[in-house]
Amino acid sequence: MEELLINQFLLLGAILFCTGVYGVIARKNTVLVLMSIELILNAVNINLLTFGALTRDVAGSVFALFIIAVAAAEVGVGLAMVLIIYRNRSSVDLDDVDSMRG
Amino acid sequence: MVSVFFYLIAAVMVGAAIVVVTSRNVVRAALALIVVFAGVAAQFILLAAEFVAITQVLVYIGAIMVLMLFGIMLTRARIGRDVDATNDHWWSGVVTALLLLGVMAYALVDYYGGDKLPADRQINSIADSVGPSNTSTVSDSIFSQYLIPFEVVSVLLLAALVGAIVIARKDR
Repeated sequence: MEELLINQFLLLGAILFCTGVYGVIARKNTVLVLMSIELILNAVNINLLTFGALTRDVAGSVFALFIIAVAAAEVGVGLAMVLIIYRNRSSVDLDDVDSMRG
Repeated sequence: MVSVFFYLIAAVMVGAAIVVVTSRNVVRAALALIVVFAGVAAQFILLAAEFVAITQVLVYIGAIMVLMLFGIMLTRARIGRDVDATNDHWWSGVVTALLLLGVMAYALVDYYGGDKLPADRQINSIADSVGPSNTSTVSDSIFSQYLIPFEVVSVLLLAALVGAIVIARKDR
């Protein structure tokens, strides 16, 4: 039987993670930044499941499920915050949210 | 054969991920994100984690993407082209991401090299059903060993739900 390499999955996770990091740094729109954060969380999930398969431990799957739940909570609160920023400032550009700039 | 599917799905995922972070159209970025989520679910199946894959489809594609699209519509992003979706110092993002990728790829290739996944943790093991399935193992350990973290996550979800309603409420 043909076997998959560990590095296939880990490198895919690394590429997705770095794409998400680029998105968080370079994007202007708050909703797009939230999407990039989702990319990062998915990359972490791939890594968790790969290490879980590697060590034959179920903890990888369990914590991937916890991350999915936390991601759902994060998106809910994050989008509520984006909505109230939009309502107060009529814009979701991160460059416009600078009242705390020193 | 499994490897071919892996690389096919991985190529689609990486392409869609790049569309997510570079597209000037917010809705197109959201639709590309759905492709990435579906690809991640497929990779979970290749890793013989069928329960997590189904949860991924239900929660990410079903719930989170609908929330994202609601967010896009409610903030009235222009549905057509949105020219200034990327800020002026995007090149620092490219540098950071490439440096990070270089370091991680070097460490991974150096440490794991050509190591293979255990044969009983690959997609073929789902159909074999020699031992208990992955789903039953996961549920057993969630409700015994990881019961307290599970309850904490439940309370976190409740708190996030209440918090989101309080934050987004209009009449204050």
